[in-house]
Amino acid sequence: MNKIIKKKRLNDTVTLMEIEAPWIAKKAQPGQFVILRVHEHGERIPLTIADYNPQAGTVTIIFQIVGATTEQLNHLEENDSLHDFVGPLGVPSKLDGLKKVAVIGGGVGCAIAYPIAKKLHENGVVVHSIVGFRNKDLIILEDEFKKVSHLYSVATDDGSYGTKGLVTHVLEDLLKRGEQYDEVFAIGPLIMMKFVSLLTKTYQIKTTVSMNPIMIDGTGMCGCCRLSVGGVTKFACVDGPDFDGHQVDFDTAIERSKMYQSFERRKREETCRLFHQEDN
Amino acid sequence: MANMNLKRNPMPTQDPNVRNHNFSEVALGYTKIQALDEASRCLHCKNQPCVSGCPVQIDIPSFIEKIKEEKFEEAYQVIAKSSSLPSVCGRVCPQETQCEAKCVRGIRGESVGIGRLERFVADLHHQKETEETMNVPFNGHKVAIIGSGPSGLACAGDLAKQGYAVTIFEALHLAGGVLVYGIPEFRLPKKIVQKEIDTLKKYGVDIQTNVVIGKTLSIDELMNNQGYEAIFIATGAGLPRFMNIPGENLNGVYSANEFLTRMNLMKSYELDSETPIQRAKKVAVVGGGNVAMDAARSAKRLGAEEVYIVYRRSLEELPARKEEVEHAKEEGIIFKLLSNPIEIIGNDQNFVKGMKCVEMELGEMDASGRRKPVVKEDSEFFLDVDCIIMAIGTSPNPLIKSTTEGLKTQPWGGIVIDEETGATSRPGIFAGGDAVTGAATVILAMGAGKLAAKSIDQYIKNK
Ligand SMILES: Cc1cc2nc3c(=O)[nH]c(=O)nc-3n(C[C@H](O)[C@H](O)[C@H](O)COP(=O)(O)OP(=O)(O)OC[C@H]3O[C@@H](n4cnc5c(N)ncnc54)[C@H](O)[C@@H]3O)c2cc1C
Ligand code: FES
Repeated sequence: MNKIIKKKRLNDTVTLMEIEAPWIAKKAQPGQFVILRVHEHGERIPLTIADYNPQAGTVTIIFQIVGATTEQLNHLEENDSLHDFVGPLGVPSKLDGLKKVAVIGGGVGCAIAYPIAKKLHENGVVVHSIVGFRNKDLIILEDEFKKVSHLYSVATDDGSYGTKGLVTHVLEDLLKRGEQYDEVFAIGPLIMMKFVSLLTKTYQIKTTVSMNPIMIDGTGMCGCCRLSVGGVTKFACVDGPDFDGHQVDFDTAIERSKMYQSFERRKREETCRLFHQEDN
Repeated sequence: MANMNLKRNPMPTQDPNVRNHNFSEVALGYTKIQALDEASRCLHCKNQPCVSGCPVQIDIPSFIEKIKEEKFEEAYQVIAKSSSLPSVCGRVCPQETQCEAKCVRGIRGESVGIGRLERFVADLHHQKETEETMNVPFNGHKVAIIGSGPSGLACAGDLAKQGYAVTIFEALHLAGGVLVYGIPEFRLPKKIVQKEIDTLKKYGVDIQTNVVIGKTLSIDELMNNQGYEAIFIATGAGLPRFMNIPGENLNGVYSANEFLTRMNLMKSYELDSETPIQRAKKVAVVGGGNVAMDAARSAKRLGAEEVYIVYRRSLEELPARKEEVEHAKEEGIIFKLLSNPIEIIGNDQNFVKGMKCVEMELGEMDASGRRKPVVKEDSEFFLDVDCIIMAIGTSPNPLIKSTTEGLKTQPWGGIVIDEETGATSRPGIFAGGDAVTGAATVILAMGAGKLAAKSIDQYIKNK
């Protein structure tokens, strides 16, 4: 059982929680994740560690409400407890030896991109952060990003804030203007990471993406998180979640992420209905 | 005078066509009358061949003698001297290649149903057990056990009974190892495993779930910062193998571990479960061991109309327990023997629509002493299935090795130990079970846990 110390709504569909987990807080590094269950019969879901505080013994998670489990999670309040919380899992992001990077976050992926930008900034690296959202209301972590970035650029699909368009457009403009990066970190929807990787490939810039496939155990035991990277099968939970974006087979990853789509939709509707009844 | 009936008492079971739609236990267990009758078939041979067939040398003739005398609790105590998990082993041990293979009655007729008798006394014992806690005075020493499968549980029990403060660290949210995430309910009801775990708790064993050693904490931290004087590594062999054939990453291809974990640990077969599983119409399970049988029979119960076992050797080489193969056949599992997949074919949505296979024939003996399967020419055929489960083996997870300096392992990942003691290359660290041997059996893992408990006790006393 792990207590929720703090809960904060970042926008209509994205919530931040600080969870009491002293052992995990001590070990966590950017790029790693936890697996949690909300209740005794709940599903196991992976969430990336957005921040950690070894002194306070807390770990921050940021999640978008996309399915039944995140819906239930969002219904918990401060001082409630999670049934299970295990981590830190996965290999930490490799952030050494860099001078100048672009960190690209898409939607809730910004929650994962932020600790990376922060750590790089702490290491004295020049960070250009490019973040993308569907519209202005969905923007998260703006102040946090600004604090750790030399350049901070927002793109929205509808142009309601920042540049109208996609993060790839912003990145391409910067590259065309002659910006040079040692590495690009791209974290967000699979389709975004795919197109960022295609773009950076033409410029031959090393690109790291953070994969978030369906998982169960998170320890290498089931293989359901497997991906094809450079033609070789890798388990995202133990070999990743970071991989070379130029090597990942995104199309298969996109198909695999849809494996249980109809089940997930049904469960979410059931859960919403249940909460709705309770609220009335 | 012994009962000279050549046949053993048949095990009462659920009807095959009923049970292949439910998850309740298949084998129902002997009644007292059956148990007494079966016990009376034992000849009490002087040289006790059955005992030499048992990996932990249970005194089989004397527990059977106690059954004859209707002293069932005493019979249990005889078994408990050598085994920590009689109700589990009575159900899942491959008796036909162990104790029962050596039984003299098996020469002309059927061997005594030793496993069935073991299960009978263990179940009786568990029905009676009281709720009180067992107070063993603390002897001042702390031991950590990594992994809560049969090996870890056995080691924990023996140490706790001697007064050690034992903590088990388990990566998953539930203790039990393969007994809870792998072996299905219909073969090993989870309440039996829970009973064993509850008994350990009564002896004061502390079980910390959701702790991945190597990630959350390291072995060195346990020893240096947390005061554990000895460690037992019982992390099993959980890393699934795939065949590396085209199409293995299509939707609808599972490792047996994933499929069984979704079923057993996450209970995805229950309608209100929050963990999804594909409800396939036609399923092929690749492999021939217990894991393959469990996956196939689970798929059937989940509602598949056709379930195939695809195995590259013949019936004789099937490594699964004989009883499981028989049960699988009764339940309508179709055996495609001497067949091997070469490619998995998907539809335009990336879901499995079939599997290309070739027929095999048995050639020369290979290193394992079995005849090596070789491909028959021009024998390609297509199996029309929408789900494929790979049950072709597992190996030890590299996590502990990669985070524990100086721990020697085999090239394939197994931890190197001294066979006599279970000691690893690092003082104070012991290992056993599948983490050492690779995927093996519950009884061997349990036996290794008991051996390690003995060695740890000596190690700490001699320090
Ligand atoms: C489906 C299936 C059916 C089987 N059927 C039979 C049968 O009929 N008869 C038989 O005798 N045997 C059978 N076996 C084999 C038997 O279950 C195993 O040999 C036995 O469970 C091994 O025990 P163990 O204690 O070594 O490891 P496991 O039971 O594998 O337990 C290891 C535990 O350690 C945990 N762990 C791993 N790494 C870490 C870590 N870093 N930190 C913390 N915890 C960790 C795991 O989560 C797991 O719970 C079967 C196996 C499977 C998979
Ligand atoms: S989540 Fe099971 S192996 Fe990665």
